[in-house]
Amino acid sequence: MIEVGSPAPSFSLPDQDRNDVSLADFSGERLIVCFYPGDFTSVCGDQLALYQSVLGEIEEAGAKLIGISVDSADCHRAFSESLGLKFPLLSDFHPKGAVCESFGAYIPERGHANRSLILVEPDGIVSWTYESPPLEVPGANLIFDALSD
Amino acid sequence: MSDLGSARPPEPGAGDHVLGEGPSVIVYLDVCCPRCAAAWPFLSEVPASLCVRHFPVEPLHPRAPVLHRTLEAAARQGAFRPMLSRLLLDRGRTDDPHIWRAAEEMGLDVDRLRVDREQAEVVERVDTDFRSGLRAGVVETPAGFHEGVRLEGDLEEALRGIVGDGGAPGGV
Repeated sequence: MIEVGSPAPSFSLPDQDRNDVSLADFSGERLIVCFYPGDFTSVCGDQLALYQSVLGEIEEAGAKLIGISVDSADCHRAFSESLGLKFPLLSDFHPKGAVCESFGAYIPERGHANRSLILVEPDGIVSWTYESPPLEVPGANLIFDALSD
Repeated sequence: MSDLGSARPPEPGAGDHVLGEGPSVIVYLDVCCPRCAAAWPFLSEVPASLCVRHFPVEPLHPRAPVLHRTLEAAARQGAFRPMLSRLLLDRGRTDDPHIWRAAEEMGLDVDRLRVDREQAEVVERVDTDFRSGLRAGVVETPAGFHEGVRLEGDLEEALRGIVGDGGAPGGV
């Protein structure tokens, strides 16, 4: 994983509606980046649904949330709609996993992102990272712990 | 700042729904969750003091919040356990007409049930449980806790370890 204290790598990726979203769009804001293995898997669905249920409070705490996986934008759209997600899912589809890799969140032998959370501060510096085993979902409480530090 | 940071689940208290007798276990359930439905025949018979808490995950199960409020409203008429069983074991019939019929068959006052499930206290009660689960790190249901510690792995196996081998045949 990227080291705490490092500048977050810049990126620009299409979201579920094929709109480009870049790190610079969140300049001046705290950003939670959620890397996850893949759309339409039960664990990832549980995870993102859980985060959607507290999205309002994440934003009240002064942060934005985005998800990133190697799935295509079209796949993201279907997945997002199936869960009613109100935060962007970014597609690291081509070149596959490049942004995930730049954050140290890519598992090359499996061809997808790991399951991790990264907090980027308003100045673009990574202040917190959390990587969990692929089948374990990081609780929403961990996000709020990080945001309260 | 939000109050959703990490915290152990509150010990069972006066407002909780506690079923059975034995070692104290807290379990967070979503009545629309198939894993909870599959676990219920065991959970309903496990020889434990089972504190059941609401954990409706709306993005996964859009109808879960109202069904949990209905369950809480049924509890006001002393029917927490039968309503919980009904919701978990007949998940294909949880639209309102089905629920009102089931409530009638349980001998509940349906008009009161309809009113109660919209009461602010009921909404808050369900939300309080959900938030305590979030703070305890619940990410999927069913999620069990014993002595404040999350039960990892297979819940049924973990509970058998707590209550001993003599516990819990299947049944409802």
